[in-house]
Amino acid sequence: MSSSISINGVNRVYTDADGNRVEALHDVSLDIKAGEFISIIGPSGCGKTTLLRLIAGLDKPQSGELSIDDSRIKDVSTERGYVFQQGGLFPWLTVENNIAYGLKARGIFKRDKAKVKDYISMVGLEGFERSYPHQISGGMAQRVAIARALINDPKALLLDEPMGALDSFTRADLQDKILELWKKQGTTMILVTHDIDEAIYLSDRIVIMTPRPGKISSIVNVDLPRPRHRGGGEFLALRKSILEFFELAQAQPQPEYII
Amino acid sequence: MDNAAALELNAPKTAGEKEKPEVNWGYRHNGYFALKLLLTLSGFIIAIIVNIAFPQKAAVEFKTYTLSVFGLNIDLTINDAYIFVLAVLMLIYSTAGIRAFFVKARRKIYCKNAAFRFAIGVALALWDIGGTKLQWFAQPFFPGPAQVIEAYLADGDYIVQNTLYSLRLYAAGFSCGVILGVGTGILIGWFPKVYYWVFPVLKITGVVPAVAWMPFALTLLPNSFTAAVFLIVICAWFQIAFLTAQGIQSTPKQTYEAARILGSGQLGLIIHVAIPHAMPSIFTGISSANAMAFTTLVMSEMLGQPGGLGYYINQSKVWSAYYKVLAAIVVMAVLFSLINHFIGIIKKRTLRWQEGVLKK
Repeated sequence: MSSSISINGVNRVYTDADGNRVEALHDVSLDIKAGEFISIIGPSGCGKTTLLRLIAGLDKPQSGELSIDDSRIKDVSTERGYVFQQGGLFPWLTVENNIAYGLKARGIFKRDKAKVKDYISMVGLEGFERSYPHQISGGMAQRVAIARALINDPKALLLDEPMGALDSFTRADLQDKILELWKKQGTTMILVTHDIDEAIYLSDRIVIMTPRPGKISSIVNVDLPRPRHRGGGEFLALRKSILEFFELAQAQPQPEYII
Repeated sequence: MDNAAALELNAPKTAGEKEKPEVNWGYRHNGYFALKLLLTLSGFIIAIIVNIAFPQKAAVEFKTYTLSVFGLNIDLTINDAYIFVLAVLMLIYSTAGIRAFFVKARRKIYCKNAAFRFAIGVALALWDIGGTKLQWFAQPFFPGPAQVIEAYLADGDYIVQNTLYSLRLYAAGFSCGVILGVGTGILIGWFPKVYYWVFPVLKITGVVPAVAWMPFALTLLPNSFTAAVFLIVICAWFQIAFLTAQGIQSTPKQTYEAARILGSGQLGLIIHVAIPHAMPSIFTGISSANAMAFTTLVMSEMLGQPGGLGYYINQSKVWSAYYKVLAAIVVMAVLFSLINHFIGIIKKRTLRWQEGVLKK
């Protein structure tokens, strides 16, 4: 139930409102193994979300090729689930119906009705089935979004800063939930984030991107056993080396990266 | 520790409040509620006393109408009928009061409304004095309440007939207008080609008041009923189409993307994303189109219909029967309020997901 993804020499150039060329992605190549948990980190403007959108099929590259299990990515597909930064839920549908949306859209709701209940309990939202998105918290809304994406049994799940708007306690909670689901389902995970701790805590490999032009600068293997301890020596050493890579570690550590 | 300190600080305050327990004498107390009930009814009692006690200044002809209710023939003068209506109002408000007495949630509202309901009674009394009893107001332009009721006694069946005619016209015109408006709005909002060709036409013709097309409607359409339906249709159509299109176009791109990734095709995006997103906007269109439809309805009835409340007003005006004009206006106020209320209920049901999002 998981797929390998290969990205080969991909270029994506935008023209902004003033008519300037912005190189969002420059010659990006990456191979993602089936069932792997990959994080993409980098400062804003490094093209990490663009890369994720290309993998999803929401956008097309000018040159280069993306493929999943050796077939080329041409359009969106239910094979690749997507969790948006925030929102993305349908405000007019209840939690239950948001999660069931994929089944209904594919016309298999009648057959797989029971799945909805399973996924609600999988993300721990029992009792909120009939709530509307504005009635639940941000962390719960993201859990709905994850369950909604997973109900289609995607071979890869693309997460675009799903925890960006959450407070640190909720964030830690959701990170554990994501790991749990990954272990259970074995889906290939691609997470875009700007939080270094989050990337180290979750992933097998961390892809570091830098802007102007957006490209992959380095790939870091995280060989730490799970469950990982955020305060552990190796964890902190890895974090320091990544920070050094971004040349942020010279003086005081930035408060943003402290949990 | 903090909690304990806070409790201690609060303690003397609570003790202070306990010393004067009658501070909050309000709707929870039976005595207060009884006073409010009395206030509500006393307005109408004043109105009845005024009607009985005030001398009739000018010689007004008081016809006696015979009503047959359940096989009984009842002879009524218009003053009897007026007092009967006041008594019915008192009965309604007493029943509501008794109900509110036992239901906590209703008590507060009932007490709040007491002053206004008292004012209704007093206003009726003043109107009675000015319009009928002492005839301060110019006659026959400002008849009193008893004469308005006379219109229902004299013309009851005819008013019902005309009301039904208006209702039929409205139902036919407005329902077609809503269907066409939502349909066109979806097409304009979804297909850029349709937007390009149709939207400018809509924008320019939409500002023209529907009744301006009446001469064409009356000559080109087979009968006056269809002509009036046509006018109501176009007045509702443009407004609703405009707002539906706006609602569809304002759907966030991300919402479409989410739906596409989950497996929705083009049709699914329209039905399950664009239309639900446009629903609040569609209802705004329906509400404002509704107000315009009432105007168009009455205007077209006044100008070229064989029936309807507008027609009835026009006809009564010719005979200087202003009490009948007022009677028709009262019917319109009640009828159109009921229609608005009905639309409001549908809106609330449909937009349940918005509850609590918007400031009330």
